[in-house]
Amino acid sequence: MSASAEATVLITHAVGLHARPSVKFTKLAKTFAAEVEVAVAANGPWFDAKSIVKVMAAKAPKGTMLHIRAKGDGATQAVKALVDLVQRDFDEDADHARSA
Amino acid sequence: MSVGNRVMRIEGIPASPGYAEGPLFDLDQPPVSYKAKGSAGEEQAALVSAIGKAVGRLAVLVETADGEAAGILEFHIAMLEDDALSGPALAAIGAGQPADAAWRAALDSEIAGYEASDQDYFRARAADLRDIRDQVLRALSEEGEAAAPPGAILHGEDIAPTRFLETDWSKGGGIALKRGSTASHVAMLARSRGVPMVVGLGALAAPPTGDALLDAEHGAIIFSPSPADVETFRQSASSFADRQGAARTFLTEPAMTKAGTAVRVQVNIAYPSDVEGIDIETCDGVGLMRTEFLFGKTLPDEETQYHAYRKVLEWAGGKPVTIRTVDAGGDKPVPGFTVEETNPFLGLRGIRLSLKRVDIFRVQIRALLRAAIHGNLRVMFPMIATPDEYSQAAALFAQEQAALAAQGVAHKLPPLGIMVEVPSVALAPEDFADVAFFSIGSNDLTQYVMAAARDNATVAHLNSARQPAVLRLIAAVAAFGLEKGVPVSLCGDAGGDPATIPALLEAGLRDLSVAPAQLAMAKAAIADVAA
Repeated sequence: MSASAEATVLITHAVGLHARPSVKFTKLAKTFAAEVEVAVAANGPWFDAKSIVKVMAAKAPKGTMLHIRAKGDGATQAVKALVDLVQRDFDEDADHARSA
Repeated sequence: MSVGNRVMRIEGIPASPGYAEGPLFDLDQPPVSYKAKGSAGEEQAALVSAIGKAVGRLAVLVETADGEAAGILEFHIAMLEDDALSGPALAAIGAGQPADAAWRAALDSEIAGYEASDQDYFRARAADLRDIRDQVLRALSEEGEAAAPPGAILHGEDIAPTRFLETDWSKGGGIALKRGSTASHVAMLARSRGVPMVVGLGALAAPPTGDALLDAEHGAIIFSPSPADVETFRQSASSFADRQGAARTFLTEPAMTKAGTAVRVQVNIAYPSDVEGIDIETCDGVGLMRTEFLFGKTLPDEETQYHAYRKVLEWAGGKPVTIRTVDAGGDKPVPGFTVEETNPFLGLRGIRLSLKRVDIFRVQIRALLRAAIHGNLRVMFPMIATPDEYSQAAALFAQEQAALAAQGVAHKLPPLGIMVEVPSVALAPEDFADVAFFSIGSNDLTQYVMAAARDNATVAHLNSARQPAVLRLIAAVAAFGLEKGVPVSLCGDAGGDPATIPALLEAGLRDLSVAPAQLAMAKAAIADVAA
């Protein structure tokens, strides 16, 4: 079986998909078995979402429409979780309250 | 070769007193060249192991870094652990390149990609990539890396705790930092080991080499000293050693002023093993046992904590041991416990964090209640700002005590006191009249009263417990304690500083807790006070 999913999300974080958000993004992507990729344009190039080197290489600033696609087990959940993370601004502002 | 062979004296801030004379060792030296192993397989293995070594070092640094720095280090670790970074280098090695050249070429191509970005933010990441590149190159060339010669003065931007711990200090030597901080973990380690250390020396036009004289009593370093400089320096060093020697005669005696006023002098410790080098006869107990260092890499379980506390209590015999519940946060992050904050000194640290994470706090409370039967335990809470925080913490002790009693586990409820380090407590001690004791944390009290961060060398002149406003608060707390019968002690760095001790006694304190290395000098300074 080969589930697949795709979504687009707007990066609203002040400096975009930068160092710290990329760490969180790739860590989250790695929790899914599915193959996950990101791109800053609908027609690619596509980067491995589990590789911080590749994700950073996408150099996605604030205001970028980030394309996320996944294939395989848990593809739908993976895309949803990553979209949520971007929409939550990578939890960068929520960190203060996280441990509550 | 020295800098034009011109004598150069540079002033800094003393972080750990003492004198050191010896060759300079450059902490910031670029990596030495790598000697190729031979076969492609060996070269690839060497690169993989060097990356692992670099990751290991960064993981240690993450523990002592503050929020922002820790985030950067975690990014470095994530990059290094990504096969996509090492892949091209490993392939190039397969094609016949030596490990260092292959790694450098692979990283330089990544760096060029960042430098080409039209966005400032991503262009700035090139510096991170260079840092990552050099860390691995350094680890690769490790065998060839010069270790600091015995007795050397380690000079550079800053020093990692691992470097401090790896260095053999038995032949003397010292630390001279361009930046650094008197409140860093390395400074704390240097004070407890008696290693001379000066911070905040500032940048130099040219890197000095050759011999240097480090005066960590007054805070200065002399590069390319003249024979006359050496002569003067040795006199000061020997006078310091004499004073220390004279102080040692005070070590075994109870501390007392000239007029015969008795002063209790206890020690501050961070690790249970710290007590191994201290003779219990030379001090009046442990005035502060920090517990955040037990929380280094991972959160310690109840048994680990219980044994750590029990060890110190048994060492102390019947003398009091004051254990402070975990004071993580601020400049002491704990992975999985503390949170990342823009202003950590004013954030979720000390008791605030413990009350948010009661699951973790309860483990510590149970370990303390169980250890209490093995000696004279007192427990205090850090960063208390309101009476309610104390009540909540005390209530948790009562709950856990009831639970242990119900399970038939041996335990005892120790006296519960608070640190006086948030100005709100020092200004209104009457709101805390039901605590068992006060312990003034002069480092934090000073930084909060003077609005001068402990870890910022540029405002170090403000960061003194001798500032009149700080002394006035200390005196007020001491007077309140005397009037209401609440014991008051002080456990900050000021307590071990001979220059500050007269003012603290003047303010009414009769109970100080100091770093073990400062015990003798503190007692000598007390003996020098008239009243």
